[in-house]
Amino acid sequence: MNKRKLEEAFFKGLMLLSTSIVVGSLLAVFAVVILNGAPALSISMLTQTPKGGYYLGKEGGILNAIIGSLYLASGATALAFLLSLPIALYLNEYAGKSRFASLTRLSLDVLWGIPSIVYGAFAFIIMLYLGARASLLWGIITVTLFVFPIMTRAIDEVVKMSPFKLREASYALGSTRLETALKVLTRQTLPGMLTAVILAFGRAIGDAASVLLTAGYTDSVPRSLFDPVATLPLAVFFQLGTPIPEVQQRAYASGVILLVLVLLLSIASRLSTRKFMKYLIK
Amino acid sequence: MFKPHISIQKLNVHYRERHVLKDITVDIPEKRITAIIGPSGCGKTTLLKSLNRLVDLVDGVKVSGNVLVDDVNIFDDGIDVTEIRKKMGLIAQMPNPLPMSIYDNIAYGPRIHGVKDERKLDQVVEHCLQEAGLWDEVKERLKEPASRLSVGQQQRLCLARALAVEPECLLCDEPTSALDPISAQYIETQLLNLKKDYTILFVTHVLRQARRLADYVIFLYLGELIEHGPAETVFTQPSNPRTKAYIEGVFG
Repeated sequence: MNKRKLEEAFFKGLMLLSTSIVVGSLLAVFAVVILNGAPALSISMLTQTPKGGYYLGKEGGILNAIIGSLYLASGATALAFLLSLPIALYLNEYAGKSRFASLTRLSLDVLWGIPSIVYGAFAFIIMLYLGARASLLWGIITVTLFVFPIMTRAIDEVVKMSPFKLREASYALGSTRLETALKVLTRQTLPGMLTAVILAFGRAIGDAASVLLTAGYTDSVPRSLFDPVATLPLAVFFQLGTPIPEVQQRAYASGVILLVLVLLLSIASRLSTRKFMKYLIK
Repeated sequence: MFKPHISIQKLNVHYRERHVLKDITVDIPEKRITAIIGPSGCGKTTLLKSLNRLVDLVDGVKVSGNVLVDDVNIFDDGIDVTEIRKKMGLIAQMPNPLPMSIYDNIAYGPRIHGVKDERKLDQVVEHCLQEAGLWDEVKERLKEPASRLSVGQQQRLCLARALAVEPECLLCDEPTSALDPISAQYIETQLLNLKKDYTILFVTHVLRQARRLADYVIFLYLGELIEHGPAETVFTQPSNPRTKAYIEGVFG
């Protein structure tokens, strides 16, 4: 074998190795969580709220955390999208290559890098200042702050990647910037945007630190935005922190539920994007 | 003599330091096909895109001079650019359908300009597709994505889309260069049919094509207007030696 073929084979092997490490880790996480959680999984886990103070009763379920997490993550994702889409479209269609645009992108990247506990602490101080109680609303606000930079930059990238000839076609017909952005670019970038939204939702539903101080603690499902709300990551955290083996098992079971929720969501979004993919202009 | 529709006066375009169009002054005749010819990089496309102010989108562009369309200078302050672009339909070099269905591609223009009535839109879509010679091929699948059409069909779709906003002029930027010969011929035939209603500008570097289509010819070289005049004159008795050399294929 000559040198070039050896090179080819070596790097192919290297890439295969890296890929298997990633896929392997994913499978390992799944395996650990499922093996540890399976004994505690039951229908009542999904349908009941905890019996006995704060998950410690070994009985009942984590319905409060499931519903709480879904409320929180959906609210925050929706709110973040309302911020992100205009920012991303503004950066691409209006701000151009201005210094303001690059400064905004830089800020977003810095915001992206800030740990979620800092967002939690930040929101907590504002809550103290306003005299507000920990609640679903404040949880949503905190998580929104923490996911919108991720979502904005992800949408920004897909809008940036959309071909110039589309803009040209739209402008040549006499469109305004707004029409081009809302009617053409959003169509072209819809699948990419959905990916951004899912990415943000995944972060929102999985984060414990940002809601530790802001969402409150409760065993019941919130009835309004001003009620405290339980979340799955904190359910895992608290149950895992107890010395009781049965409760620890329930922590893993909660983890399984969290994983399945995120998985279902990404599959659903993949399927729905396929419908829009066919319209895309390469 | 031809009646002028567009009057270009001392048009200069800079892209940053690069002087792309130098002191262009020429009248474009109404309801005729004007071919803009010249070697690559001579400013043909820039000239075309100055006429619908699409040059505005280029980073660091500077334009001076006047372009009068129906006696209004399109570079005046306070002019509504969208109205200018509505008047000047553009057919790009590469077909550029929008990421939507065939129907919506045509209806997009009328919709943004305020047509809401579905029946009216249906009529516009059918009429424009017929004008572009595409109707029979797509009438059964108007709801399908435009991206599924062949390149030749896409270009005719773009022609139909341009017609849908009722322009006065058609700016064609080498519209057939990406197409197979049959599709190219199709576009040429449609343009010849359309010149009774539209002022057509046609950028090409294929001289045979210019001979087939043009009533009037503008020859650009390195950003300068070398010669312009009725096609017969320019092709048979060019007055400038560079035009003569280009037409005889000495360079280009």
